[in-house]
Amino acid sequence: MLALSPFQLADMTGESRGFSGKAPTVVCFIKEDCPTCREVMPVLAAMHDALSQHLEFLVVGQTVDGNLQLQQEYAPPFALLDDSALKVSFATDIETVPTLLVTGSNGATVAEQVGFVRDDWQRVVNELAAQHQTDAISIDWASLPEWRPGCGSLSVDPTHAERLLAEAENSPIRARRIDVGSLDDEFEFMFDQGFSDGLPVIPPTPERVVRMLAGTTRDAQEVIAIMPPNMGEVTVEKIAINCVMAGCKPEYLPVVIAAVEAVCTDDFNIHGVMATTMGASPVMVVNGPIRHRIGMNMGIGALGQGNRANATIGRALRLTVRNIGGAIPGGTERSTLSNPMKFTMCFAEWEERSCWEPLHVERGYQPDDSVVTIFAMTSGPVLTIDEGSLDGPALAGTLGQASRTILNDRAYSFTNTLMVVSPEHVDTFERGGGFSKAELRRRMQEVSAKTYRQLVADDQSGVGLKPAQAAQMSDEQLDRVVEKFKDDEDIYIVVAGSEAGKFTGSFHGWLTGSRGSIPVSQKIGT
Amino acid sequence: MSLTILDPTNEAVPLERQITPRPEVIKGRVAFLDISKPRGSVLLDRLQEAFEQRLPQVEITRYTKPTFSKPAPDALRAEIQAANDFVVEALAD
Repeated sequence: MLALSPFQLADMTGESRGFSGKAPTVVCFIKEDCPTCREVMPVLAAMHDALSQHLEFLVVGQTVDGNLQLQQEYAPPFALLDDSALKVSFATDIETVPTLLVTGSNGATVAEQVGFVRDDWQRVVNELAAQHQTDAISIDWASLPEWRPGCGSLSVDPTHAERLLAEAENSPIRARRIDVGSLDDEFEFMFDQGFSDGLPVIPPTPERVVRMLAGTTRDAQEVIAIMPPNMGEVTVEKIAINCVMAGCKPEYLPVVIAAVEAVCTDDFNIHGVMATTMGASPVMVVNGPIRHRIGMNMGIGALGQGNRANATIGRALRLTVRNIGGAIPGGTERSTLSNPMKFTMCFAEWEERSCWEPLHVERGYQPDDSVVTIFAMTSGPVLTIDEGSLDGPALAGTLGQASRTILNDRAYSFTNTLMVVSPEHVDTFERGGGFSKAELRRRMQEVSAKTYRQLVADDQSGVGLKPAQAAQMSDEQLDRVVEKFKDDEDIYIVVAGSEAGKFTGSFHGWLTGSRGSIPVSQKIGT
Repeated sequence: MSLTILDPTNEAVPLERQITPRPEVIKGRVAFLDISKPRGSVLLDRLQEAFEQRLPQVEITRYTKPTFSKPAPDALRAEIQAANDFVVEALAD
């Protein structure tokens, strides 16, 4: 049965009246525009006349205007209490009006009627009359309908429910509330407070954040990570706030939570990624069933704008890093040039169009796991065009050639790359019996490999091994081969893009390995 | 009706806006802005006398907002900002 907590509400004269929980009480929740509530008004009046000497009698209305109207039409003998804030209705979990509750002297509910079932109401009324030894209560039960469904309580109406949950005592919301002045424009205010990445953000009102939190089963106050550089505590609620600002739908929230978990690992090293002058930024790849469930783009234009999930999930992660981690350009974010990926960079792999295992399966997850993998990349996607190669070895050769100049033509053995292979290039790799990812990586490494001799600074470019250093090396050492990537696995391969176009887009890495950033995968929960 | 939003930060920084650092010495150009509240001009007149006695090195320019009930027009704000180093705004009644 529904339980009442003590409350105080104003009646129509402004006088405060309430439920103390210390005396037998009848409480009925009604609203004016509900025909069933109107039907029970005379019943309540008769009950009041007979019982109000013996017990507290409270009738709670849900709108101010409605109470006024009921007062005028019925002139009831009881005061109509104003719960237009709906807090008492919400706290009592009233879903239907009328709801009649009878409590004992300890405040516990002893009888409950939801809607109107004539026989049940009659039984409750007769029991009260018997209990308090009053005269028969003059209600012409026969004139009343046998049964009437109640109406929805305003406290569960979608236009109020989120606000009420946000304001309730057991609200999941704990974040500091900021009142924006009535003359302030909320969007300008968000800019002024430094909450924005430079584009407008959606004001994270408590209602919106409550709606966002419905996207996860995790507790709003669960601490997901401690985020550098400011070592901010990242709760689910704080992520949800930043998701609202970014424009996410609630169903994207678990992806952003997983992304936060991934970047706050020692391997990913979000502190370094944000602080480096090289301008690294997280690049998120989503795999698994959630791609379809939340409508991510993996086809035409997957790496660009136009898809809400792609755009806002990436942005939400960046806003979280900015607002909770405190990585703010000019502060601890020190990128010399920076890049547009700092706004957002998130896409899904088109697993179904690939000739290879998808990224997450390659990294040890099950095909039906949903996983986000995050890379720290300094630029991209850099387009490589190859409309000429007719098989895997030739196309891999082109990609190997293109990889030589990542960071610079003599930057060898310290970065990584994420290659996004388009469907037409997938077809080329499939031709003639297929070409595995391992073969692709090896071929790229062979084609891009150089000797130390080729990495010495010269008249063309001052970058590379210093001639003085080279002079100390033997011919054998100088002829030793250096590969572009320290490990073949530093070449990451996914599939996305439209059916038309023989292109591969490559993101170029930062420092990889333990002194830089290692890509991290995180399973997406609920 | 004002809007309530939730703080998206780690709440390590107080919400109040920080005031601009105060200079050691007052010199240069000072704007006296009368917001058009009654008797604001009286306060500014007395203040101007005091400034002229004690801070002869400052140059005072008087400005007036069209009405106290609305923010100063952009053009006036821009003019004050461009031509002055300090602003004294008189709130009075």
